[in-house]
Amino acid sequence: MIQRFLIPMGLLAVGLCVPGFGQAARKTAAVSAKPMKTPWGDPDLQGVWNDATSTPLQRPGGVGQKDVLTDEEAVDFQKSLEFDLTRDRRDGGGDIDVNRAYNEHWMDSRRLKITADHRTSLIVDPPDGRIPPTVPLSTEREKARAARAAANTRFNAGLPAHYRDMSLPVRCIIRTDSPPYLPTIYNNDFQIFQSPGYVVIGPEMIHSARVIPLDGRPHLGKNLKQWLGDSRGHWEGNTLVVETTNFRAGDGVIFLGANPETFRITERFTRVDAATLNYEFKVEDPTTWTKPWTAVIPWTKIDPAEQMYEYACHEDNYDMVHFLKGARERENKGRGQ
Amino acid sequence: MLKWRRAFTFFGTAVGVAAIFATVPAKAQPGNMALPAYKAPHMADGHPDLNGVWQAFVTANWDLQDHEAQAGPHPEIMGAFGAGPAGQSVIEGGGIPYQPWAFERKKGNFEKRMAVDLSTDEKWHASGDPELKCYAPGVPRAAYMPFPFRIVQGSGPYILMAYEFASTTRIIRMNLKQEAPVNSWMGWSRGHWEGETLVVDVTGLREETWLDRAGDFHSDEMHVVERYTPISPYHILYEATIEDPKVYTRAWKISFPLYRRVEKNAEILEFKCAPFTEELLYGQFNKKESK
Repeated sequence: MIQRFLIPMGLLAVGLCVPGFGQAARKTAAVSAKPMKTPWGDPDLQGVWNDATSTPLQRPGGVGQKDVLTDEEAVDFQKSLEFDLTRDRRDGGGDIDVNRAYNEHWMDSRRLKITADHRTSLIVDPPDGRIPPTVPLSTEREKARAARAAANTRFNAGLPAHYRDMSLPVRCIIRTDSPPYLPTIYNNDFQIFQSPGYVVIGPEMIHSARVIPLDGRPHLGKNLKQWLGDSRGHWEGNTLVVETTNFRAGDGVIFLGANPETFRITERFTRVDAATLNYEFKVEDPTTWTKPWTAVIPWTKIDPAEQMYEYACHEDNYDMVHFLKGARERENKGRGQ
Repeated sequence: MLKWRRAFTFFGTAVGVAAIFATVPAKAQPGNMALPAYKAPHMADGHPDLNGVWQAFVTANWDLQDHEAQAGPHPEIMGAFGAGPAGQSVIEGGGIPYQPWAFERKKGNFEKRMAVDLSTDEKWHASGDPELKCYAPGVPRAAYMPFPFRIVQGSGPYILMAYEFASTTRIIRMNLKQEAPVNSWMGWSRGHWEGETLVVDVTGLREETWLDRAGDFHSDEMHVVERYTPISPYHILYEATIEDPKVYTRAWKISFPLYRRVEKNAEILEFKCAPFTEELLYGQFNKKESK
């Protein structure tokens, strides 16, 4: 039963589910012919955008070093990803089948399609499409990672000892609202609002607002950190460039194990045409990865007649209690570890 | 356009108004401040520009009606921390017109404002001020939480209200006909302009939110009509008419000014308060020896 939530939440937690674009995407971005502008002269990014895709963040082994597939290869690649991702299949036996009861009905079906440019990974740099190796970590950080891994193990076994054993998304602290944005299983919408001097991004999950001032003001002081970091933006031609630092650490662990003290991202938002926005992010963290890395994800505008609805989380987070009570029940019955 | 004058009559003694307008003589009505007539700059679409960081400086979050200063919960450890300030009612023309049963319930709410019972899912929302649990505050409470909020008004058919409290947001959907598809914590907000005023019609609110820490409440039939009228470069007059046939005997109205946060670096910061409630809500279910 507990598994119903585990798998999707696990995906959220790792943030690695899936998404897609690369060299080809940059080419596409470069062709943007007639830039749409706001009445006050900024490039117009307003609207509700969706970033779902099945193209994985990192290039999977099977496709070798190929960064962009031919049309034929792309058909097979998409089929294979769809087979892996779909929750409507019935193979694998009873337990696995029960886990998939949280089925496609609840999921964003747009996440079963690869990117239009047929890339094999969202990561475009380094050229192998993989996250670079890590540098040696301090003992303290190794300890924090091990503690996090142990908490995940307890959680996955249905035996969380403490509410902090749950991941930040399960605890409704951050979900896809903390940048950089990666696609996940559902609620992949981002509504962009603009006013003179500001761009504000409203991620559907969880209903926060990321205010990006464009007036060149300095970052917050280094002792003021936030779960969404602190963002400052400027325009380079038609591209919104956003630099974000000051990330608050959740139990010492943030995005893919980065170091909150040195983690810095640079995002580039470029409207390619009326219905497409090119989202690129570069990750720099010299105390975590041997070199910076960059991913590109296409955002598609949703039908303007559609609305983005409220995604509340913490207010009805019954499962926090269910997980913990279930664990205590299992322990009482001697079925624990 | 004399409504703001009424509001300022009401709030004439509010700290801040007096300070900001200390140089404006106000002899006509002793103790009250009058602002000169004002028309806000307009956006390209011809409507007033409400962009900025705004904040109410009333104590309505403690109690919408007149209230004395009071100790907070657990004064034996909290002392003056957590104590509530005194404040005057923000309700025009008196109190909240509760139906008799509802007045009893409000009193019960107040008594149980710190009670949290998560023993079964059914009891989850039955007691305790939602603010205590870091829930999205709903409307109109979001407007008078003691936190700033940002209005983001561009050229699209949406205006964003981004609140610092609980890092929550609501989207004002301009000139939209579509009714609320489902009830939500911040409700379904549809806006239109009436001259210099942004009028927001709010329905589809979940019944679990409260109006203040005093236990004032509503049902899922609450209908709020908010009016945001710029009355100076630094003030918006906020008015909200509240009706709810399940709970009140008639419509009633609150009003107060919103102040522009004019600090050079004014911005809403992050107040994701869910982690601050975990020990209260979930700590009892931890493994006993677990810290």
